[in-house]
Parts: sequence; structure tokens; C-alpha cells
Amino acid sequence: MRPVLLIGLFGLIYAILTAFVQNSYYQLIMAVVPIWAVMGLSWNILSGYSGYVSFGHAAFFGLGAYFVALAQIKLGLTPWVSIPIAGLIGGLAGLLVGIPTFRLRGHYFALAMLAYPLAFLYFFEWLGYQELALPMMRAEPLKYMQFEDTRIYAYIALALMLGAMLLSNQIERSRFGLSLMAIKQDEAAAEAAGINTLAWKLKAITLSGMLAGAIGGLYAVVLLIVTPPAVFGMLVSAQALILAMFGGVATLWGPVIGAVVLVPLSEFLHARLGDLIPGIQGVVYGLAIVIVILLAPEGVFWKVKDMLRRREKNVSTHTAASAVSISASSESASHNTPFARVERAVVSDVVVLEARDVSKAFGGLKAVQHVSLKVMQGEVLGIIGPNGAGKTTLFNLLNGFIRPDSGEILLNQQNIIGKLPYQNCIAGIGRTFQVVRPFRRMSIAQNVIVGAYVSAKTDALAEQAACEAMEQVGLLSQADRLAGELSNKELRLLELARALAGKPQILLLDETLAGLGSNEVEEMIAVIRKLASQGMTIAIIEHTMQAMVRLVDRFVVLDHGAVLAEGSPDSITKNHAVIDAYLGKKWRASNA
Amino acid sequence: MIQVLEDFLQAFIAGLLTGTNYGLMCVGLSLIFGVMRVINFAQGDFMMLGMYAAYYFFGLFGASLLFGPSVAPYLAALAAGPVIFLLGILIHKYLISSVTGVKGSALEADGHYAQLILTLGIALIMQNGGLYLFGSTPVSIPTPLSSNAWELGPLWGDALSMFVNQGQLVAAIIAVVVVCLFVMLMSRSTLGKSLRAAADNPEAAIYMGIEVDRAYRLAFGFGVAITAIGGGLLASSYPFQPYVGIDYVIVMYAGVVLGGMGSVSGAFFGGLMIGLVQQLSTLFLPNQLQNSAIFVVFLLIILLRPQGLFGKALRRT
Repeated sequence: MRPVLLIGLFGLIYAILTAFVQNSYYQLIMAVVPIWAVMGLSWNILSGYSGYVSFGHAAFFGLGAYFVALAQIKLGLTPWVSIPIAGLIGGLAGLLVGIPTFRLRGHYFALAMLAYPLAFLYFFEWLGYQELALPMMRAEPLKYMQFEDTRIYAYIALALMLGAMLLSNQIERSRFGLSLMAIKQDEAAAEAAGINTLAWKLKAITLSGMLAGAIGGLYAVVLLIVTPPAVFGMLVSAQALILAMFGGVATLWGPVIGAVVLVPLSEFLHARLGDLIPGIQGVVYGLAIVIVILLAPEGVFWKVKDMLRRREKNVSTHTAASAVSISASSESASHNTPFARVERAVVSDVVVLEARDVSKAFGGLKAVQHVSLKVMQGEVLGIIGPNGAGKTTLFNLLNGFIRPDSGEILLNQQNIIGKLPYQNCIAGIGRTFQVVRPFRRMSIAQNVIVGAYVSAKTDALAEQAACEAMEQVGLLSQADRLAGELSNKELRLLELARALAGKPQILLLDETLAGLGSNEVEEMIAVIRKLASQGMTIAIIEHTMQAMVRLVDRFVVLDHGAVLAEGSPDSITKNHAVIDAYLGKKWRASNA
Repeated sequence: MIQVLEDFLQAFIAGLLTGTNYGLMCVGLSLIFGVMRVINFAQGDFMMLGMYAAYYFFGLFGASLLFGPSVAPYLAALAAGPVIFLLGILIHKYLISSVTGVKGSALEADGHYAQLILTLGIALIMQNGGLYLFGSTPVSIPTPLSSNAWELGPLWGDALSMFVNQGQLVAAIIAVVVVCLFVMLMSRSTLGKSLRAAADNPEAAIYMGIEVDRAYRLAFGFGVAITAIGGGLLASSYPFQPYVGIDYVIVMYAGVVLGGMGSVSGAFFGGLMIGLVQQLSTLFLPNQLQNSAIFVVFLLIILLRPQGLFGKALRRT
């Protein structure tokens, strides 16, 4: 409730301030500030949350502006109708731009987005719309949104801005926002955790385009003149981005802070010094963004928040530190139970996951050749082999990151070739990564919740599933810590919990023990054994043979991309081919 | 029929001439974007500054009086290089180095967002500062060569005849010479080798005793200087104003991506092809849509073959 209240309060104060402004030039500024704030919020919904930086938001803005202007000139349509339609056009444009452009990542995406508004700019000039003036409708000012009192525009813009803020708030607090943030931090991991990344991104760019289109339409009404450079120009896209970056990315307050500070500043300087120094507005924006990137790359909002938090922390450091150490020690004590041979649900003869004659080559390198294997329900299958044997590639094939050149992969007897990782996750394949891929700027709980969306219909159910998963790996007591500050062992547990939260039928664990100290390895093994004893089906890649022989029911040995041997731990560790290829002579000597 | 052929050949020649110039500009960007993987949004504005530097060398500093109006524009363009080189070194040292290299890798997505946005800020300051310094009226460097052409032909009796603009031809020849010199510098000299090493693997390069920071700074300086020379050469045949950079940013990125990231000579041919596309598009598109055609081609390249025409597709998970 609190953020909504805060937004309402902010709107009220802004409305009251506007009411007191008499000078018509300042009234215009009061109207322009929320317009640009909406533009910043629009940019933020796509680029702030998902990390796909757009240099092309002017495309949606300009389409909205031109539609409203042309609709009134050619059809006599009132802005009350045409602005909502402009929003729809902007949304449609966003969707159409998004479908091809989301094939690109990072800077390629940003550059491609730059081209859209510039192409429109020349196109509209060619159409002969160098300057469109909205016809004056003095007879029916209310009908055509042409008010004597500029403050009314400010109220309309303010209403749109509050709407955009509430929308952003809704996004931030739902699986929509959390999914976008997961995409921003690690798209592959998000995909493997069951997030349909393309669908969320398209939803984001559509919403973003809608806001930009609608506000572009209002801009045309307020300024009365539309020219290609003014609505499709670089400065429009740049301004959206700069306001959000300056105020703070990925928060609804960022663009608003940016607009409230920078728009009046640049307008004021332009009015005062515009004759002397043309282009002062652009210089102000340029300087603002250079300074922000150098001093507070996340924006003013986060910088202030960090400073406040640090001050808070200094006060409460002592108590917090002692609490953490207690919970940590009790946890490790409970995990240090001595090992017995596995006692748990019997391995059934139901095949959960099966690879049939799967091959994959990268150019000339045959990474995986004719591999067939089955994972039985309730079984722990160990996959071992020297570096470069194709173990991780096999996992990437199994969960859909890579498509095999030939062969079949079956999950519950269903062929899943061609399915995307998120679809396989929904179908029941959970996985962890060789190099941990947490969402570093999210808390443990948020990380795990993202993993839970796959199986949970509602956000409340997702939270519940996440709590259970954290409990299972022993991270529940630290749920609020940021993933970025965790140790390697904790990150491994976090990934495990994230995979578990989606209630998978089978877990693919990729070198979960890598980089752990010997005590930590024991803890991790205890957790995995506990899962196994509860009946979880697990395929695990690992190098530490000492650990593996106590953990797994069956081994598959890969070498040069092919299955070298398969069998019980006993038979594998005595197999001559395996010893030569992988375990080495030392193993033979010490186990002879 | 003959008329169509003549139009085509004429556009083809014009495309080769502008394309050569674009190629030079792309070579500059490829050093920064293709090799160092630094995104410089302000590349077009460095080019714009190069144009104005050439313009003032030509006019104010009296090069035109000393060397005559036919030679001076080209000397002025070459002289713009060192000026922009120094400016680039300074901007890299005090601004860009804080979001690239080792410092950049600590930021989100290796600092790519920070680079994009920082250089966007620099671009805005240059464009709008340029408006104050140089004014908004388009200018160009007047040279008699630009308004004269050699006639190719008449061929096939009297049927076929093409014109080659003298100014553009000289500019294109200079551009090719500069590109060749630079490619030699990159492949033969210690400097070039250390630049490539630093770009390929900064950490390993540090262990090999290469001053990576210095190498990056120099590469940035060379990158913007070469583009600025390209701009200076263009300045005698096209009028320009402080906002000219943004159009060429797209041209340059299109060329670099087309030529394949990381390949300096590839970037030259990428730029050449963009020039050809631009001029050939005039055969069936109105003049005003020339730039739109480039943007569409750029989008097609980046969407269909982001690894470039000759590059290989790689996908990592």
C-alpha cells in the first residue's frame, strides 16, 4: 500500500503547486515535466527493468505525435479519442519492432533500435510533413483539448504520469518485473529457470511503446506543432534514457526524479541563455549523463538509497553479525552427519529422461557423438569424464540450450527436441550451472522465487514454493541477503534452491561441487543426498570421484563426446578403459 | 535501355567514390568498436569536429592561400587527424577509460551500457556545443575540383558517357592511401601488434608487459582521428552542420558490422558497400529516402547476419 500512497501524495503536491503557477511559460514547464517523466517511465519499463537499452523510443513517441496531429488535420478527430489510439499504435509498433529486434543482445540491440526513429524521420520528411500545425479550434476548446489555461494540460499530463507510475509499481511488484530483472542479470539462467524470456520482453516493449505513443500524442496537442526532428530526433530518445538514468534505473521514481530536476533546469537555461548559447539544452543533458555515469552509474535514487542504507548498517552492524554467525554454525552442525550408504526410495524402472543417439558438432569438433543414456526415476546418475569430454554440452542439449544435430531426447517418453529451455523447465527439467549464474542484484529469496514461477500459478504460491526450496537447502534463515555477497558454497546452494523451487522431475547438476573446500563438499553432498532420499531424480556432472562414489547409483563415463562406459560405481572404478581415459594410473595404484 | 545502364554505372561510380570515404571512416570505428569492443556513440561527432577542423585549417589558418584551393582542402583534412587524435586521447583518458577495460569489466555487462550512455552524453555535448561554436548554418570547403568532372567516354560510339567528380576522386585516392598505411601500421609495427594483443586479451597482454591502458588510449585516438580525416575529405563535397554526426554513426556501424567485427580491412569493404547501397538506392528511391535506405540495410544486416557478411556465427550459452 505504501508506494501507492506515496505516488498519490506526490501527485497531490504536484497538482497543488501547479494551481499556484501564474506565469504561462512556467505553466507550460509544469505540463512538459510530467510528459517527459512518462517518456522516461516508458523507457524504464523496457530498458530499466530488462536491461535491453533502447536508443529508439522516439519511434513510438513520434508515431503517436504524428497520428494525433494527422487525425485532427485530416479527420477532425479529437485528441480525447486519438491519444488512446496513439497509445495502441505505439504498442503495436513496439511489438512489431520487438519481434525481430529481440534476436539481438546488448549493444547490437541498442544500435538497431537507433535506426528505427531515424528511418521514420526521413520517411516523414519525404511524405511532406516537415511541419504540421494542429488547427485551432477556438469554438470548441474542450472538445479539441485546446485550453486557454495551460495548467489544464499539466493536469492531464500529471494524470497520465500517475497512471504510468502505478503501472510501473504494479510491474515492479509482480512476476513481470522480477522476470524482467532476472533477464537483465542473466538471460540464459532466467530461461533455464523456466522464464519465457521472449514473451516477457515483448510484453515490456509493447507496454513501453503504448506509453510513449500516448504521451507523444499529448505532446503534439500541447506544443501544437509537430516536426520530424522534434518527435523522431535523437534528442527525444536520448532524453527518455537520460531522465531515467539520471534519476535511477529500474525504479519508478527514477524517471520522475530525472524529469523534475533536468527538464525545468534545461528549459530555464534555454529561456535565459538560449539566444546566447544555442543548444544549451543538449549540453545540459549531455553533462548530466556524463556526470551520472562517472559518479553514480545507477542513478541518483540508488546512490541516495545506498548512502542511507550504509548509515543504517553502521548502527546495527554488531547485532546482525553475531546473529548470522550463530545461524551459520548451527546449520553446518546439522549437516555434518556421518555418511552411510544411501538409504532411500528404491530406483524404479520408469525412465524420466532419455537421450537416444544424440550428436552435436561445433564446426569440426564433435562435442557429443551418438550418446544414448537413460535416467530412471529416483536415481542419481553420475556423469564423469575428462575436461572437454562433452559433459556440459550434453546438459545443454538435454535442457534445450543447444539443439542436437541428430538423435532424440525424451522427457517422460515425449520428444523434446526443438523445445526452448524455459519450455523444458516447465516440463520438469531443472538445472544448475558449472559457473554459478545467480541473479546477483537480487536477494536469495527473489532468486528462488523466479525459479518458482514455473510451477506456481500465483505469486503467493511462488513465494511458498521458494520458502520450501530454501528450507530444503538450508538457506531460509538468510533469505534476504543479496546474491552478490554470497560465498561460492552459498551460491551453489542458491542455484540448487532455484532449480528445486520449480518442482522439477529431474535435476541436472553441473559440477555443483567445483571450487568448494573439503568441508563444504561434505555439506553439499549431505544436501544432495537428502534430496535423493526424498525421491528426487538427479543427473550430476562431477570431477571429485571420492564424493561421487558415495553419491551416485550409476555412472556414465564420457570421453571425446562418446559414452566410454556405463555401470555401477564398483564396476566403473575398476574398468580399465575408464582408468586409462580418466582416473589415471594413480587411481589404479591406490585402489589396487 | 542504354539510359538505364548509364544511370546505373553513374550511380555505381558515385557509390565507389563515397564508399571509399565511408570505408575510411569505418576503419576508424572498427578499431574502437570492432577490435576493442568499445561502443563509441560519439564517433560521428568526432567526425563532425574533423570536418570543422579541416574547414578552419582551410579558411582561417590560410591553408588555401598558401597551397591554393585545389590542394589545400586535402591537406586540411589530413591536418584534422592529429588534432582529433589529441582530443580523442584526452577524452579517453579522463572519461572513457573509467568505463572500459578492467574498470568496465566490473560494471554490468562489461560496462557496455555505461559506454553507450557516456559516449551518448559526449555526443550531445559535442553536437550542441558545436552549435554554439560553429553556428547552425551548413558550410562546406569550397574547392574548384568539386565542381569539375572528368568524362569517361563517350563509349559505344556516343551512347554511353559517365562523369567522375574530380574532388571526390582525389578524396577517394587519399582515403585508400590512408587505409593502406594504417593497415600496414597495424600489422607490421610493434604498436599495432600491442594494440591487437591488448584488444584480444587485456589480461594476457598485461602479463606480456604491454601497457594496456596506453594501448587502449592510443587505439581510441587513432580510431577517432582516422574517422575525422574521412570527415575532412567529405567536407569539400558535402555541406555539413553540427548535427551531421548522427547520420554517419549509422553508416559507420553498418559498415563495421557488415565487414565483420574485429577486421580492420573488412570494415573498409563494409563501408564501401554501404556507399554503393546509398548511391544505387537513388536509382529507384527518391533522394530524401537515401538515408532511410541505409538504415533499413543496417537493420537487415544486424538482424540477419550480425556476425558480418564474412564472419562465422557463434552462439554461447
